[in-house]
Amino acid sequence: MDSRTILAELPRLRRYARAMVGDRAVADDLVQDTLERGWSRLAQWRPGSDLRAWLFGIMHNLRVDQLRCQGPNTQPLGEAESEAPMRATQSDRLEVNDLAAALARLPEEQRAVLLLVALEEMSYEQIASTLGIPLGTVMSRLSRGRERLRLMLDGHHPVAHLRVVR
Amino acid sequence: MSKLPITEADLHAYVDAVLPDDRRAEVEDFLAAQPEEASRLFAYQAQKDALRQLFNPVLDESLPAELLELAEKPIVPAMEAMATPAVDMKKRPFLSRWSMQRIAASFAIALLSGLAGWLGHGQYQATERMAQMTPLARQAAVAHVVYSPDIKRPVEVTADQEDQLVKWLTKRLGTPVSPPKLGTLGYELIGGRLLPGNAGPVAQFMYHDSSGQRLTLYVSTEQTVSRDTGFRFAREGAVNVFYWVDGKFGYALSAGIDKGELARVATAVYDQLENK
Repeated sequence: MDSRTILAELPRLRRYARAMVGDRAVADDLVQDTLERGWSRLAQWRPGSDLRAWLFGIMHNLRVDQLRCQGPNTQPLGEAESEAPMRATQSDRLEVNDLAAALARLPEEQRAVLLLVALEEMSYEQIASTLGIPLGTVMSRLSRGRERLRLMLDGHHPVAHLRVVR
Repeated sequence: MSKLPITEADLHAYVDAVLPDDRRAEVEDFLAAQPEEASRLFAYQAQKDALRQLFNPVLDESLPAELLELAEKPIVPAMEAMATPAVDMKKRPFLSRWSMQRIAASFAIALLSGLAGWLGHGQYQATERMAQMTPLARQAAVAHVVYSPDIKRPVEVTADQEDQLVKWLTKRLGTPVSPPKLGTLGYELIGGRLLPGNAGPVAQFMYHDSSGQRLTLYVSTEQTVSRDTGFRFAREGAVNVFYWVDGKFGYALSAGIDKGELARVATAVYDQLENK
């Protein structure tokens, strides 16, 4: 592990953190904390093992710690404006906001699995080891998360092209 | 026919394209006969695509400086940082005239460095020393302890806006103030902030070296005792402080580094102020 390999992982860590917490500043803080903890626990990383999974695991544990400390529904002071990346057109924006909002309403543990699958394209086994949960739990969280997201998006803002018309 | 029943896990694995070919064919047969399931899986696939579309732009954002710094932090060898180009001191008007105590000050440093063991050897001395600390050294040490461990927001204005920092602090302190350049010693400016002193504003500049070790220079303009001093040394906990007074200006350099190293930096700061 050196700074070049860390630098290579930074964009992905940021993307995942942004998707997990929504707010840009809070997400970058989480990435910073992850790097700090990573460097301080360098001795625990086995050279040759998957650095990305190791860093994502650290981030996950930090997030668990954070949630345990702050409890639910806290807003960061001062930097509350969230900056979800958006595409250009108005209709796109509505749709994107719906997705971001629905994602934020998912239980944290389901969101994590969903994002590791969708964004990181990790295998289910990698996710199990990254999050420290059994494979069966990965599958049930994925299943519940996807279904919940589908229902939320259907109910709030019917996305016509997602439906198969019978 | 002894096909295994299609499970929920199979369906997700189908969406994520991780099924072996023969199993995938079986799932496709199943979906052909189950349009509701097919539409559900289609929605999952669309979710996945939409999530990527929503968050992939983050990959192309430029990385915040704080993160770049943290990615590099423990790696760059000290010698590389030391090799940064020499600084143009004339460009950095600092504070006022300097009295002729430089020689005395150097002696003081040498003496104090030699006495490090004496200072550190007993708690009694340390405590007594603390009690005797001037407000200047003590305030500087406290300010150092409060701000230097802050990884995310150690300063109010960062070094990349040094011009604004200088203008702002000069205006607020009512006298020209700018940070000395310590790059040749391996310390780069992080930035600075305004702090409350006893009767008005004081300034703090923060530096760090390649290992992340931080050092702060505290600049006060409210010294009323108008008795210039050479270098004085004080210690609070793990923080060492060199401080000196010149007219209304009080300076204090604080860091958790050993006294010899801190003296080296203090001498450089002193020199720059004098040779401004």
